[in-house]
Amino acid sequence: MNILVCIKRVPATAGQITLTPDGQDIDTRYLGFTISPHEECAVEEAVRMIEAHGGITTVLTLGPEAATDQLRDAMALGIERAMLLETDGREWDPVATASAIVQAIEAERAAGRSYDLVLFGNESADSAGYQVGVRVADALDLPCVTGIKAIELADGHATVRRQTESGWETAEVSLPAVLTVKEGLNLPRYPSLPGRLKAKKKEIGRIKPQWQGGGLEKIRLKLPVQAEHTVEILGTNGDAGAQLVEVFQRLRLL
Amino acid sequence: MSGVPAQARVVVIGAGIVGNSMAYHLAQQGWKEIVLIDKGPFPNPGGSTGHASNFIFLTDHSKEMTLFTLDSVRQYKELGVFTQSGGVEVARTAERMDELKRRMASSKAWGIDAELASPAEVKRLVPFINEKIILGGFSTPGIGTVDSLRGGTLMREKAQAMGAVTVVASTEVTAIDVENGRVRRVRTDKGDIETETVVITSGIWSPRLARMAGASIPLSPAVDQMISVGPVPLFADTVGEIKYPIIRDMDTNGYERQHGGDLEVGSYDHRPILWEPDDIPSIGQSKLSPTELPFTKEDFDESLEHALELIPDILGDPRVGIRHAINGLLSLTPDGLPLLGETPEVKGLWSVAAIWIKEAPGIARCVAEWMASGVPEIDPSGSDIARFYDHQKTRAHIRARTAEGFNKTYGIVHPREQWESNRRVRLSPFYEREKALGAVFFETAGWERPNWYASNKPLLEEYGERVMPRRYEWDARWWSPIINAEHLAMRDRVGMVDLSAFAVFDIAGSCALDYMQKMCVVQVNLPVGRVIYTSLLNTSGGIKADLTVMRLGTNHFRVVTGGADGMRDRKWFSDHLPEDGAVQITDLTSSWATIGVWGPRARDLLQSITDADVSNEGFPFGTCRFVDIGPVRALASRISYVGELGWEIYVPFEQGSRLWDAIWDAGQPHRIAPVGIGVYGTTGRLEKCYRAYGNELEQEFNLVETGLARPQVKPQDFIGKEAYLKQRAEPPAVTLCTLTIDDNTSSSGFKRFMMGREPVLSPQGKRLVDRHGRGSYVTSAGSGPSVGKTILMSFLPPEQAKAGTKLAVEYFGEQYPATVAVAGPTPLFDPQNTRVRS
Repeated sequence: MNILVCIKRVPATAGQITLTPDGQDIDTRYLGFTISPHEECAVEEAVRMIEAHGGITTVLTLGPEAATDQLRDAMALGIERAMLLETDGREWDPVATASAIVQAIEAERAAGRSYDLVLFGNESADSAGYQVGVRVADALDLPCVTGIKAIELADGHATVRRQTESGWETAEVSLPAVLTVKEGLNLPRYPSLPGRLKAKKKEIGRIKPQWQGGGLEKIRLKLPVQAEHTVEILGTNGDAGAQLVEVFQRLRLL
Repeated sequence: MSGVPAQARVVVIGAGIVGNSMAYHLAQQGWKEIVLIDKGPFPNPGGSTGHASNFIFLTDHSKEMTLFTLDSVRQYKELGVFTQSGGVEVARTAERMDELKRRMASSKAWGIDAELASPAEVKRLVPFINEKIILGGFSTPGIGTVDSLRGGTLMREKAQAMGAVTVVASTEVTAIDVENGRVRRVRTDKGDIETETVVITSGIWSPRLARMAGASIPLSPAVDQMISVGPVPLFADTVGEIKYPIIRDMDTNGYERQHGGDLEVGSYDHRPILWEPDDIPSIGQSKLSPTELPFTKEDFDESLEHALELIPDILGDPRVGIRHAINGLLSLTPDGLPLLGETPEVKGLWSVAAIWIKEAPGIARCVAEWMASGVPEIDPSGSDIARFYDHQKTRAHIRARTAEGFNKTYGIVHPREQWESNRRVRLSPFYEREKALGAVFFETAGWERPNWYASNKPLLEEYGERVMPRRYEWDARWWSPIINAEHLAMRDRVGMVDLSAFAVFDIAGSCALDYMQKMCVVQVNLPVGRVIYTSLLNTSGGIKADLTVMRLGTNHFRVVTGGADGMRDRKWFSDHLPEDGAVQITDLTSSWATIGVWGPRARDLLQSITDADVSNEGFPFGTCRFVDIGPVRALASRISYVGELGWEIYVPFEQGSRLWDAIWDAGQPHRIAPVGIGVYGTTGRLEKCYRAYGNELEQEFNLVETGLARPQVKPQDFIGKEAYLKQRAEPPAVTLCTLTIDDNTSSSGFKRFMMGREPVLSPQGKRLVDRHGRGSYVTSAGSGPSVGKTILMSFLPPEQAKAGTKLAVEYFGEQYPATVAVAGPTPLFDPQNTRVRS
């Protein structure tokens, strides 16, 4: 089995987001970078599938050189290969991103590696376009199911489930396919020390896709008015017990 | 809660382990109306306490830091937040194994139960360690971990229960108002608090708070990386927090400690990662907390590999994951010691900063005592924030030294080791001359001081084995036999010593005499032109300073003190100046350069370049006067710290090179030797049994014990007099003695040379302890080339403080026989002091 997981390097966020003075980016000095929880589940799922069924996993991202950090994080968890579609740091819109990923997948196929499953997070943690996975599936003419919270593999097809307001939807999809998954799909593991050290030494495949201006252009970021949080101290130590019970009752937790 | 109290006896800013401990100990001292304020929420407002590894290793080579730690452990135990687990420092190299022996010696000196362990013994203690890559360990059963957040909370609540403390959370200090050099109020985003005393216990934010008041707290936030891995199958059945000993992997600057089901791995091995206090994120901007910054993996990879080598069974298990990883911020200072005491810039503004969990409650008790009575039980002089000169408070200096010091956290630091960064800051006017003579410079308080001169190498042949050569590398490190050759040349002929690092203060004004009487132990009302040597005491009779005073006029005194002590001494003088301005202090350190000229031919030399009468009658010992040396008018003072005839000659700074050249040229017929501080600070003084501040002289020992009590006590009042009279009336608990080593040959055949801080033991190897519980240790050690012996000083209990007593000194795991040569201040060399008075 060949599985490709696509991830995106995004700023880790805190309670209070600060923008750079030009309004173009989130100020990341204190935050560091990560991938979205959806993508963490995608990585975990790919590793589990290979553990269960054998095969090879590949992780791919489109981003600057620094995004190799996120690729190595994924490899530390058990992903075997990594590919960086290296950009010069400019932001690519969903059309352009999908197109670059499609080209990379086609290049891989030409080189003899075709994917049975391409996994995405349901949406990225920063721009939340909900588009890249769907666009890639469309361009490759593959079936696509979004919002997945459970996957079962059987011969040549996958049974997938997603949660809706009224319950669970189950679909069966033939492979190869594109799936966009959501947090809750699984409980991602932590990287082990040997995993991290092994990932550090691994080669990362690099492609420099041609810059394409998409249809979407970022003018600037603006912070929404942040709600004032108020904290009510109910009491300290044991004194708070009675009040706490009252609050729980009000919230119908008790 | 809204608002803050309108006034307070004291405002403590910062509620980490230090602030909570301070609030508690101030309450213990009887203080009321204490306000404890923090910009964050309780119990974890987001400072370094919140992410500390919370383990406590007991032994430090510094006595002061060890005493703080032992007191802290006692307090943590009383609070019920200490879990004893034991701890082992492991060695991967032979050099480290030697260092562990040195740590054993320090443990014995400070009274800590510890032992060296073979790899197999370490394995028995720590079953998951890879004992094959270690040479041994240093095991201390008393080591453990604390719940510092809980401990802080308990102390805060105790202080609240005493009705002494108002606690204000989530309130930011916006300004500290200072009027006439004194704290007046603290402004916050919830209102102002009128107060005359502020204690900054704000950890990494302390520099920002100090700056609000116009003061400096010279520290830098720095990253300590740590990760937590788990779940560790072996720890699954651990009840409580920790069962296995904590490991310090000294050679790779790492540590591993169990934390419930996890193993915490931390490191000081990575590149120094310094932050600016102004760049630290707010609570809202932080992902975890302001002091838990995003983990930078690539910096830690090498540490991961080291940890994996040492703990392969746990860390190599693929089921054990890195669950938590941070770049934790902690405070580093330019010299590695905490920043305690009232700031010299602002009265009423106290710093209690750059403190680790292991020493916080002990330090808080000390500073609270200091604030309440002026006389803390543990002497905090080494950590006194007043120790810094202005240049040491600059950002450049702080960054250079904290970066250099970071990787020394677990380092093998030689007692004489020199800093490499930010050197050549303070240069005497003799510097170029000294450089030309091949001076090897050591630093004191920013001054470059020749420790010895390569130009004196030919003296080695002249003196042969008398220079007491050292063939063991550690003993010879940061040392040269030339020091001892210079010593002998000075005693035989004459030497010149650059003493420009002296701190020099003029004290003058209509009430200067009364003021100096109050400050000094000895009689200062002597004729103009007399020089005195005196101690300054605190009110409990502890020794606060040790210096000389020249009386230049009826109400004009010139104080000369050591460069390392200068700023602390200046604060002590300044603190006691009368408020009406009737006495003033002026710092002349940068105005006067000094050369000491000493040796049997010093008079002949000086007489050849001055018209002044420098005969014994014309210029007796203990006097000073201005003399013309060629075109230079210099102040000559006939005293000596090396026990020779001669003078300290003070010259206006810009005329220094003229003075140097005059002495140098006139010295040639006498075969003058340039002499370094190696002689002045060690060999010369030790042969004369002269005491040094910070070694023998400190607040924990009194004048009677140090042998500095004079036959008479002056009738005038002075600070500490009452306590001093009491000390004189009772038999001393210890007497400062001079010892010599009988045989310094080690089992490997090398002659070994102690450096100070080694334990002094009975011939059977038992600790000597005085009636106050203080153990005996070597306060100073060095060669005595003129007496041909290794000389040590030590405070000994009465039974041992007798000439001829046989004792032992432990050095690198071996005990060397020693004999008490002198009990009390009588010099080994020239006991009648005929030379200085000739």
